[in-house]
Amino acid sequence: MSTSSVPLLEAKGLTMRFGGVTANEDVNFLLREVELRCLIGPNGAGKSTFFKMLTGQLTPSEGKVFFRGQDITGAKSHEIARHGIGIKTQIPNVFNGLSVHENIFVAAARNKSMQQTKRIASATLERLGLTGIAHRIVGQLAHGQRQWVEIGTVLAQEPELILLDEPAAGMTHEEIVRTAELIREINKTQAIIVVEHDMQFIRMIAKTVTVFNQGRILIEDDVDVVLADQRVRDVYLGKQAA
Amino acid sequence: MKSALASFITVVALGIVLMFALPHTTDMFGLMQMTVFVVMAIFALSQGFIWGYGGIMSFGQAAFFGLGGYTYAVAAINFGDSTGAVALAIIVPGLFAALLGYFMFYGRISDAYIGVITLTVTVILFNLINATSGDWYTIGNAPLGGFNGMPSVPTLNMPGDPSTILDPEQLWYVTIATLILVYVLLRGILASRLGRVIVAIRENETRATLIGYDPRLYKLITFIIGAMIAGIGGCLYTNWGAFISPTVFALAMSAQVIIYVLVGGLGTLLGPILGAVLIQWLISFAGSQSAVDSNLVLGVVLVAFVLLVPQGLVPVVRDTITGFWQRRAGTGSEEQKQTTRGAEVRS
Ligand SMILES: Nc1ncnc2c1ncn2[C@@H]1O[C@H](COP(=O)(O)OP(=O)(O)OP(=O)(O)O)[C@@H](O)[C@H]1O
Ligand SMILES: [Mg+2]
Repeated sequence: MSTSSVPLLEAKGLTMRFGGVTANEDVNFLLREVELRCLIGPNGAGKSTFFKMLTGQLTPSEGKVFFRGQDITGAKSHEIARHGIGIKTQIPNVFNGLSVHENIFVAAARNKSMQQTKRIASATLERLGLTGIAHRIVGQLAHGQRQWVEIGTVLAQEPELILLDEPAAGMTHEEIVRTAELIREINKTQAIIVVEHDMQFIRMIAKTVTVFNQGRILIEDDVDVVLADQRVRDVYLGKQAA
Repeated sequence: MKSALASFITVVALGIVLMFALPHTTDMFGLMQMTVFVVMAIFALSQGFIWGYGGIMSFGQAAFFGLGGYTYAVAAINFGDSTGAVALAIIVPGLFAALLGYFMFYGRISDAYIGVITLTVTVILFNLINATSGDWYTIGNAPLGGFNGMPSVPTLNMPGDPSTILDPEQLWYVTIATLILVYVLLRGILASRLGRVIVAIRENETRATLIGYDPRLYKLITFIIGAMIAGIGGCLYTNWGAFISPTVFALAMSAQVIIYVLVGGLGTLLGPILGAVLIQWLISFAGSQSAVDSNLVLGVVLVAFVLLVPQGLVPVVRDTITGFWQRRAGTGSEEQKQTTRGAEVRS
């Protein structure tokens, strides 16, 4: 499957317009199998909109998305999930009224036998350090723990590509360090795109970084090159030249 | 988990005790009355399931109840044997729900409009059946009878043996056994993967979609199961009086079943059952005093519950009991309390 010629994910000329607002414009993006990519950019740059187009939550105004060469543009979210793309959204989406275990179990259960499901669920809980609070109701947990539960639901569905939209938001420093470790470990077997504002966090995990600004890709390069780039600094300081 | 199993076994055991004890402890009138209360409890389970677990707000469960009742009547008159008629009384509402549900869920109708559409369908059915007076409106040998309804419907016979008709006591056994069966079936569904996904979709449709479930399909399945249960209720209702009339499609029927669920407790199965029996009992009690209008009773009960016990009876009682045991155990740690509250959300 993983022939190097076919990228895992390819976006061609992706554009998203909301009435007069253009949230993404002509985004061309490539991701290899088992690659880890960080996506940064100021507020409103269009990072979340890009993720929403990849996962079928929004249908692009223009452009195409290919997953392993297969056109998935405009497919329904649940179909894209079945192709093997999982997402942790920026605004947490968890089953608040259910227990931690139930959240993970339901995510693991699709298309699997009961035994497989149970095995995946308990392995996922263990991996995220959630076993001790497996029977707590998710709606009552601290923000950082709920983030992990959501990451857990994504892992439990065993996707080939994992999108994480601000996974470290609202976490303590310790939690951030653990999340960075977790991401590196997941990346041994699965491709990941991480959106984050926390530069410390980005430095902990990043190899290649793509910078979004005003809906377009500004620069894409090694983390050191990107963070040293004057344009990137300007964008983050809000000094973007008109 | 363990306490959920214990409460399930307790409920089933109490149901079986009631089933065998009641005929010995009450007269024929009391037994007949309890039979119709239990019919309403089955009806309430259909609403309680799709609303409390599926998150589907149907204002028209009476449509399926009525369809079940009429289908049974028409089929029983034509077949001269109730066996196939009972099956049809489940299948026809199920098919109707499949069509209506497909249109609603796959047509991306918003939640609020699902209420409006189900309500409208019930009103249309009411008017349709109401207008079927005269010989012209006959299905096979069965005249629909318009607003006069269909009298002298053949009641249940032994399966495959039309010459042996069940007496009222036997009908009681059949009715309450059906309620217990429906309860067990729904508990089974809720414990299965299907039920857990249904509840997950109610909790967060976006998340369910993003992990690969198609909410439209699960809502459709939920809606069909609910309609089939309502159909069984309607079938038993016709059998109870050997009679059916368009009032089964009246708005009051749909409103009443919503009130059963609210009073008993949304998101539980025992709640709708107890809500139905309690309210029906109150109404018939008030009716026997003949001074009070039954709609007034319903209204007062609803307002009192919405204001004073908005979660409904069963959740309140359960919280009280678990609170009591935790205080007795003395070590009701925060974690334990949260666990019991969690079980309540699920069961
Ligand atoms: N549904 C929508 N309707 C109209 N405008 C929208 C919609 N969603 C996003 N936008 C606009 O598109 C632009 C990009 O938003 P997006 O959420 O993708 O940015 P982001 O890079 O994720 O920002 P942040 O870092 O704050 O999360 C913003 O100007 C936003 O206001
Ligand atoms: Mg965003």
